[in-house]
Amino acid sequence: MNTNTQKHGAAKAENEGWFTRFLRATEIDARLLGMIAALVLIWIGFHLYGQIVNGFGAFLTPRNLWNLSVQTASIGVMATGMVLVIVTRHIDLSVGSILGFCAMSMAILQVWILPEILGLGHPTIWIITVIFGLLVGTLIGAFHGYLIAYLGIPAFIVTLGGLLVWRGAAFLLARGETISPVDATFKHLGGGPYGAVGATGSWIVGIIACIGVIALLVTGRRQRKRFQFPQRPMWAEVFLGVAGCGLIVGFVALVNAYYWPKGIVRQYAEANNIDTPINEIFISHGFAIPVLIMLGVGVAMTFLTTRTRFGRYVFAIGGNPEAAELAGINTRWVTVKIFALMGFLSGLAAVIASARLNSATNNLGQLDELYVIAAAVIGGTSFAGGIGTIYGAILGALVMQSLQTGMVLIGFDAAIQQIVVGSVLVGAVWIDTVYRRRAK
Amino acid sequence: MTKTAQTPLVEIKDLSIAFGGIKAVDNASLDLFPGEVVAILGHNGAGKSTLIKILSGAYKRDSGQIYVNGEQADINNPRDAKKFGIETIYQTLAVADNVDAAANLYLGREILTSIGTLDDAAMEAEARKVMGRLNPNFQRFKEPVAKLSGGQRQSVAIARAILFNAKILIMDEPTAALGPQETEQVGQLIQQLKKDGIGIFLISHDIHDVFDLADRVAVMKNGQMVGHARTEDVTKDEVLGMIILGKCPSGATPGPGAMQNA
Repeated sequence: MNTNTQKHGAAKAENEGWFTRFLRATEIDARLLGMIAALVLIWIGFHLYGQIVNGFGAFLTPRNLWNLSVQTASIGVMATGMVLVIVTRHIDLSVGSILGFCAMSMAILQVWILPEILGLGHPTIWIITVIFGLLVGTLIGAFHGYLIAYLGIPAFIVTLGGLLVWRGAAFLLARGETISPVDATFKHLGGGPYGAVGATGSWIVGIIACIGVIALLVTGRRQRKRFQFPQRPMWAEVFLGVAGCGLIVGFVALVNAYYWPKGIVRQYAEANNIDTPINEIFISHGFAIPVLIMLGVGVAMTFLTTRTRFGRYVFAIGGNPEAAELAGINTRWVTVKIFALMGFLSGLAAVIASARLNSATNNLGQLDELYVIAAAVIGGTSFAGGIGTIYGAILGALVMQSLQTGMVLIGFDAAIQQIVVGSVLVGAVWIDTVYRRRAK
Repeated sequence: MTKTAQTPLVEIKDLSIAFGGIKAVDNASLDLFPGEVVAILGHNGAGKSTLIKILSGAYKRDSGQIYVNGEQADINNPRDAKKFGIETIYQTLAVADNVDAAANLYLGREILTSIGTLDDAAMEAEARKVMGRLNPNFQRFKEPVAKLSGGQRQSVAIARAILFNAKILIMDEPTAALGPQETEQVGQLIQQLKKDGIGIFLISHDIHDVFDLADRVAVMKNGQMVGHARTEDVTKDEVLGMIILGKCPSGATPGPGAMQNA
């Protein structure tokens, strides 16, 4: 039986084309390539449509892509947590409401309470506020997790209740008022010209990322050599390194190609007594802070899921909850931790969302839960449990946001946007199901 | 009982558990000595799997005591059982289907690097060593366990138990999912484990699966212990009589579930 499969495998290896060989050698996930291809198609499609029908292709411009990255941040951050929730066969419908509640409590703290105590514009206000918001989110998530794991209430019900409870609680906190403006430093966490790290900062981030990519490849190779495991061919390693660094450099160049708007430049020049004419000053945005937060969360969550015990347990529980329990894993406690993490990330998304709006409104984050779940699912997270990746979820969030932005740019109205986004969700899961069935 | 001089590895005393008024295990007592293989036999629903699940911590007993090496052991969950060196290989092949063989072998007790992250390479290297001893044909370390055959999954489950220096190994229908060649392998493996002084409980509803492997058989019926006997003292037919009728032959020690008029 064993020799049979080996023979079969050998026959397959001879027949496979250069593309399959390429995938095997580089160990790139075919799904990842498929998603990137879909994303590129969407981008080019919207750009061409704009160019042909409206006479102006607005999609593939530094300005739009920069904004797209900022708009993706909040959903992208939460989608990484939703992957863990769905992998363990749960669901969290309350993330949008947790976001709203955290944003509202942070706004009250930094606008109504802290300026009274510390004075308006005190430099620690934003730090205290962020820590408080993350704490509130984590506690709410842990509470949900406790109800699910220890009291045995299905996650669907607990978080459906949470969806209503926290939205109502957010309203009660400020009697439905919109609180604005937020602390001046806090605001930068949402992006904007001052909420970006600039050209030099972006290059530093890019170089660190490139070093990281190369270090990962080198240690991976050394580790395989240490235990005499089969290695990737050298050309595949080089290709991965070049492709990875190329993508990073390209991204840095892109965010640096988007300059500050004239109005902001004028303000800045006046404030700093610069005499150069406004038209000759070009200040790059660079990476927006929320985008860096999202990328940081992506790296941290990938590390958490693939390199730590906790991550291994999450996937084992998703694959076979009974086996995980029998293997001595404290599945209940892991569940609490997963939901606490989801709450923490909702709190972080609340920081980004309310900073970006420069205010906390009562309906902030409404329907976000659906976009977050859709992003995770489009990114390949399976409702059957046990399967999902962090990068997939972030790419999924980017796909969702690209569709929405693209349709706004070419002038589709909200009704059509909803129809398209809904259809894409169902279509993506269908394609995924077909792919998985074939892969077996 | 002839081995009373030695302390039993495990001693189960008057264990009971009920599910909604049905006594799944009713005052069952049993012991196991180092290097001994005890087969627990009985029909489906006789209570053998339930008894063993109490020992492995999957169920919590209603009453009774468990002694490990003569000391009372408080087993309330699978983690407790593992602390006492009790490892279980379940009938349902309790492996996490979506992770690879090495991850399954170390599930719950991963090897960590000096900075606290998973050391996958070290785990895979160890897994290759153990599997090499157990099933030299096994090569598919990188694939999710879901893609393996029943026998390969069984060998992963057994390797898992060996890897953690089990003192007491519980095998629930160990060969039910296997072909003849793989069954033979499991038989050899059990001989090997016996030499290492490991005590083994084999659970089966089919006497032919386990009679030749076991030193002693214990028979359960309707949640009660019919009795136990050394395999050389009884014939297969007599044991069948215990399983079906609850009739205790002369070579066996009767328990509370034995037919009273026998």
